[in-house]
Amino acid sequence: MHASIILLLPLFSALAVLLGHRQLKGAAVLISVGSSIISFVACLFFLAADDDNKLLLPFIHVGQFQVGIEALIDQQSRGMMFIVSFIGMLVHIFSLGYMKDDDAKPRFFGALSLFMFSMTGIVLAGNLIMMFIFWELVGLSSYLLIGHWYQKASAAEACKKAFLTNRIGDFGFMIGILLLFGANGGNVNLDDLGSAFTSGPLRPDAPGYSAGFTTAAALCIFLGAVGKSAQFPLHVWLPDAMEGPTPVSALIHAATMVAAGVYMLVRVSFLITASPLAAEIIAGIGCVTALLAALMATQQNDIKRVLAYSTLSQLGYMVMAVGAVAMAAQHGHDPHGPNPGHPAMFHLYTHAFFKAMLFLGSGAIIYACHHEQDIWKMGGLRKHMPVTFWTFAIGTIALMGVPPLSGFWSKEAVLGTAYDSGSNILFHAGSITAALTAFYMTRLLIVTFFGKPRTDAAHHATEAPMVMILPLAVLALFSIFSAFDVLATPLQALKPPHVEGHQTVLFASLVALIVGAGGAIYLYRGKTSDPVNIKLFANKFYFDEIYSVIVRVCQDRLAWIVTGLERVFVDGLIARLPTAIIARLGAATRMLQGGHLQGYTFLLGGGVIAVVYLVVFVLPRLGH
Amino acid sequence: MITLGHYLVVSGMLFALGLAGVIARRNILIVYMCLEMMLSAANLALVGFSRFHLVNGLPDYTAQSLVFFTITVAAAEVAVGLAIIVALFRTKQSVDVESVTKLQG
Repeated sequence: MHASIILLLPLFSALAVLLGHRQLKGAAVLISVGSSIISFVACLFFLAADDDNKLLLPFIHVGQFQVGIEALIDQQSRGMMFIVSFIGMLVHIFSLGYMKDDDAKPRFFGALSLFMFSMTGIVLAGNLIMMFIFWELVGLSSYLLIGHWYQKASAAEACKKAFLTNRIGDFGFMIGILLLFGANGGNVNLDDLGSAFTSGPLRPDAPGYSAGFTTAAALCIFLGAVGKSAQFPLHVWLPDAMEGPTPVSALIHAATMVAAGVYMLVRVSFLITASPLAAEIIAGIGCVTALLAALMATQQNDIKRVLAYSTLSQLGYMVMAVGAVAMAAQHGHDPHGPNPGHPAMFHLYTHAFFKAMLFLGSGAIIYACHHEQDIWKMGGLRKHMPVTFWTFAIGTIALMGVPPLSGFWSKEAVLGTAYDSGSNILFHAGSITAALTAFYMTRLLIVTFFGKPRTDAAHHATEAPMVMILPLAVLALFSIFSAFDVLATPLQALKPPHVEGHQTVLFASLVALIVGAGGAIYLYRGKTSDPVNIKLFANKFYFDEIYSVIVRVCQDRLAWIVTGLERVFVDGLIARLPTAIIARLGAATRMLQGGHLQGYTFLLGGGVIAVVYLVVFVLPRLGH
Repeated sequence: MITLGHYLVVSGMLFALGLAGVIARRNILIVYMCLEMMLSAANLALVGFSRFHLVNGLPDYTAQSLVFFTITVAAAEVAVGLAIIVALFRTKQSVDVESVTKLQG
């Protein structure tokens, strides 16, 4: 019962708000916020639910083929459900303050409810087709929310970009699902696929096994995660998605939706483990994303963009951990044994809290500085906004990985897996990323909160209202304590056991922290403009420019050729030519219908004569 | 000796004349008269057939009764047709067939 309540409540709220906001007026917002609070309470009960795979609604049933709306209940979905509903609720409450003066509040809250519905669907999905349906729905709600201020050209562009970029990934995801669909006789149930890959007809030593096929399927499925979790080379949409309202960035583009890719990868980890090549590629892509995004983050001046690149980098970490776990498992190196813990899911869990909090904190700052986002126009906010400062600082040090905050444990788990995977590159790149993370987060904290206010807006900033501070404070508590067993166990986080004997990992993460934070303090203390100026990083490695050239050179040319072919074959041969023939014939026969009675009579007479001639003279000769 | 052939030739000539008039003449009343001539040609042929097809020593009256039907129907047709011509004249102020081209496609 819980599962259907959790799934349907946000749907009803979204429908009520989006369809009936004219009648509901102010109540629309309350419905949305209320439904998020009720879902959160339901999710608390859901944490105690038994492992199960419940069919909620038979959706497609054709012959042997069945797809249902199912709820796959296990530790992973219970834990994720808590994250989604908890952060969702806090963001709803925060939005009450942040969006207070917005004209289109009902549209905002309706789309937020729609997002909660879609995200719940992904988390509960028991088969890949259901996951794909909700995967598309989160894409839609993300599009709606990024483009909430669609009057602004940049927001309209950003939502389009996000949608189109995700389309590439989703297409790969769909092909991957179809490959598995074909290989497993039309059964895409996650449990059944898992057993097919571990002990069924798709296991590596089964007759007819094809390593290439498994790798292709794994990579296609991974492409879905590349799009949704904004991995290199489809990462370009996430920073632009910051055009959306800040609470949306916190919920969708930091804590939940972008993590859906990682969640899905962990769901299909049997597939990744089955293919060594795919595991290496996945770990490699995650590693490249983590490193590149961290480098880009060091030179951004927009507070939300720094956090966006930081999110990219942390998502890269999680994806790298997914690949590294599979690699370690292939080497027979299974340090966790039967423990269901997974470093990627654990990092997702801790990251969700502190990153959502950092975004909400940046929202509070932007709100207080009258929608100023440039960190060099802030400064000195520590005195004006003490609560925001303290929570933001907690989030920062959690993200940097300062022990004993939550980020330290999960980051160490990820680095530990990279170390175990047998690939030095992963581990070194992970450590460098950790140092860069410490560097850019310290830079952000110093430039925003310390020194003197550099503009009037920063000078007159005041603390945000209570509805905005409360979620910050709650999330700050979680940022500190979420990695400890006292919270992680009841919240069903997939916490991997602490691996003993990895002194190297501990040492590397502490050195990275000190080097990064120390460097940032040394460089940025008391500065009023950026002392470091690296064009390559500030311009995001010119990815957007490269892509626009690719689009211009390849896509536009291709489109030109295809248009030409269409004009000649479809328009010309198939459509225009028959039309012309028919038109000519019509014109010729129209000549017969002159409207002159005598003409008709003449034709009639001629016809009679012709018939008489045929009957009397021609037919007898032919033997009739 | 006048045979069936003579009747039929006269009938055919009448019909051809009538058809030629229908096709060639412009005045709708003349066209109408030519139509009547074509009907008369058919009647003549029927009477000829009746005269030369003896049943028990008498002419075949089936054909002649058909002629009476034709004459009756033709009378009715004249009534309707002339009414149409009058109505046409009222709208077009002309009895020229060329002025009626409503059926043009």
